[in-house]
Amino acid sequence: MTPVATTFHMPHAVHRHTTSEPPAVRGALIAVALVFLSLFLFLPLVFVFVQAFAKGIGYYLETLHDPNAWSAIKLTFLAAVTAVPLNCIFGVCAAWAIAKFDFRGKNILLTLIDLPFSVSPVIAGLIYVLVFGAQGWLGLYLNADNPQFPWLANWLNDHNIKIIFAVPGIVLATIFVTVPFVARELIPLMQAQGRNEEEAARVLGASGWQTFWRVTLPNIKWGLLYGVILCNARAMGEFGAVSVVSGKIRGQTNTIPLHIEALYDDYNFTGAFAMASLLAFLALITLGLKTWVEHQNAVQNEIEISQ
Amino acid sequence: MAKRLSRPKKIRVLPGFKLTLGFTLFYLGLIVLIPLAAVFWKTSTLTWPQFWQTITMPTAMASYRLTFGASFCAALVNVVFGLIVAWVLVRYEFFGKKIVDALVDLPFALPTAVAGITLAALYSEHGWVGQLLTPLGIKVANTQLGIFIALTFIGLPFIVRTVQPILEDLDPELEEAASSLGANRWQVFSRVILPMLTPALLTGFALAFARALGEYGSVIFIAGNIPMKTQITPVIIMGELDMFDYGKATAIAVVMLVVSFVLLLSINVLQWWTNRYNTHNLA
Repeated sequence: MTPVATTFHMPHAVHRHTTSEPPAVRGALIAVALVFLSLFLFLPLVFVFVQAFAKGIGYYLETLHDPNAWSAIKLTFLAAVTAVPLNCIFGVCAAWAIAKFDFRGKNILLTLIDLPFSVSPVIAGLIYVLVFGAQGWLGLYLNADNPQFPWLANWLNDHNIKIIFAVPGIVLATIFVTVPFVARELIPLMQAQGRNEEEAARVLGASGWQTFWRVTLPNIKWGLLYGVILCNARAMGEFGAVSVVSGKIRGQTNTIPLHIEALYDDYNFTGAFAMASLLAFLALITLGLKTWVEHQNAVQNEIEISQ
Repeated sequence: MAKRLSRPKKIRVLPGFKLTLGFTLFYLGLIVLIPLAAVFWKTSTLTWPQFWQTITMPTAMASYRLTFGASFCAALVNVVFGLIVAWVLVRYEFFGKKIVDALVDLPFALPTAVAGITLAALYSEHGWVGQLLTPLGIKVANTQLGIFIALTFIGLPFIVRTVQPILEDLDPELEEAASSLGANRWQVFSRVILPMLTPALLTGFALAFARALGEYGSVIFIAGNIPMKTQITPVIIMGELDMFDYGKATAIAVVMLVVSFVLLLSINVLQWWTNRYNTHNLA
C-alpha cells in the first residue's frame, strides 16, 4: 500500500513544480483577475442595492407600491409567463427533430435558430413594427379601402385589438429575443445522448409519448431547467426590443425595465434603482439556480459513470 | 439508379419527426423569419439612391465608426482579462472561487437597463468611480470611453466561458513534455498553451464583438447620445423610429443585419474549428 502511494505521489509533485507558475506570478494573476471582476461586476451589483435603499426602506416600499410600478411588474410577468413555455415547447421540438433524426439542411436550421441572438434588440422590435404597425404589412392591409378579408379587419377594429404600442407587441418581441435559449441547451445535450435509449424503449413496446416522458425527459431535465432559467432571465429583463414596440404608456405598456428608464429620465434615481433592485435580485437568483443546476447535472453524470 | 434502389430503406424507429420538425419550422417562420423578411420588404420601397443616402448620412457614418471601434476595443480588452480570469479560475485555488465563478455570468443575467443606469451612475462625475477619475481629468459619462466600459461589461462572460472548458481539457502531458525539453514557463505558455487556446479566444472575441455591435440598453444611459459623438447605430435607428421614419430606420437596420449575418457565419466556422481542435487534442 505505502510504496504504491509514494510512487504515485512522486511524479505528481514534480508535475506541479514544472507546470505551474512561481507564487509571485500566481498571486499577481489572481489579484489582476479579482480587481478587474470587482470593478466590473461586484461594484455595480453592490451599487444597485445601496442606491435602492438610499432614502430608506419606507421610500423603497413606496416606489414598489406605486400603481405604475405594480402594473409594470404584472406586465413583465405576463410577458415571461407567455414567452418561456412557448419557447420551451419550441426548444424540445427542435431538439427532438435535430438530435434524433437525420435530414438535409440541419446546419442551416441550427443557424436559423441562433438568428435572434445575433439581431440587435432594437431591430427585433423594429421588425414587429414593420409587420403589425400602421404603416406595416398587416397595417397597410387592414387600413386598405378594399380589404380582401373584411371580417378580419372589422373583427380587429371592433374588438379594438392593437398589437404595436400595446401588450401583444411586447409579448411578441419578448418571445423573439428568447427563442434560442432552451433549444440551444437541449440540442447539444440530446445529440450527445444519442438515440439508443429511446429506440430500446420503442422496441420494448413503449408508445412515442411514453418514450418521451419516461426516457428522454429524465435525461434532459437539468438541461431543460437550465435553458428555462436563462430564458426567463432574458424575458423579464429585455429592454431594447420591448422599448421599440411598447409606446411607453405608464401604467399600461411599461415593463419593469421600461419603468426603470421612465423613473431615471424623471431624475428619480432612488426610485429607478429600487425597481432595478428587483431585477438585480432576479439576476442573483438566476445565477444561484444556474450554479445549483450545474452541480446537480455533474452529480447525475457521476452517478451514471459509476454505474 | 440500381444501387439506389437496392439500398435498404431506412426505418425510423422513433416517432414524431414530421410533427416536431414541422412545428419547429412553423414557429421559426412565424416568429423569426417572416418578421425579419419585413425588413427587406420595407427597404425595397426605397429607391437605391434614397437607400444609399440614408445609410451614408454623416450621423450614421459616425455611428458605424463608433459602434465598430468601441465594440472592437471592448472585445480586445476582454480577450486579455477574460483569459486571465479563465486561467485563474481553472488553475488556481483561492478563497471565494466558487462565488467568483458564478458571478462571471452576471452580465448575462443582469438586465441591460439595470446595467445601463448602474454604470451611468457609478461613472458620473459624483459617482463612486467617477469622482476618483474626475481629478485625473478622465471623463467617462457622456463620452466614448463610457460606451467602451459598458461594452466591456457586456462582453466579459463570452471570452471566459469559451476559454474555460478548453483550458480545463488541456492535456498536462503536453506542458510536462515542453518543460522537460527545457522550455521555461513563459515559453510553455506562449508556444504550447496559447496556440491551443487561439480558436477559443477568437470565437469568444467574435461572440463578444457581435453582441456589442447590437447592444442598446447598457450603453444609452452612460453614452449621453450626443449626435456625431456618442450615438451608437441602434440609437440612430431608434431616433428614426421616434420620428416615424420607418424607411430610414429600416435602411440602417439592413446594414446592421448584414454585418450580423456575416459575423454569425464566421462564428459558426470558428466554433467548428474550435471543436475540431478540441476533439483532435482529446484523441
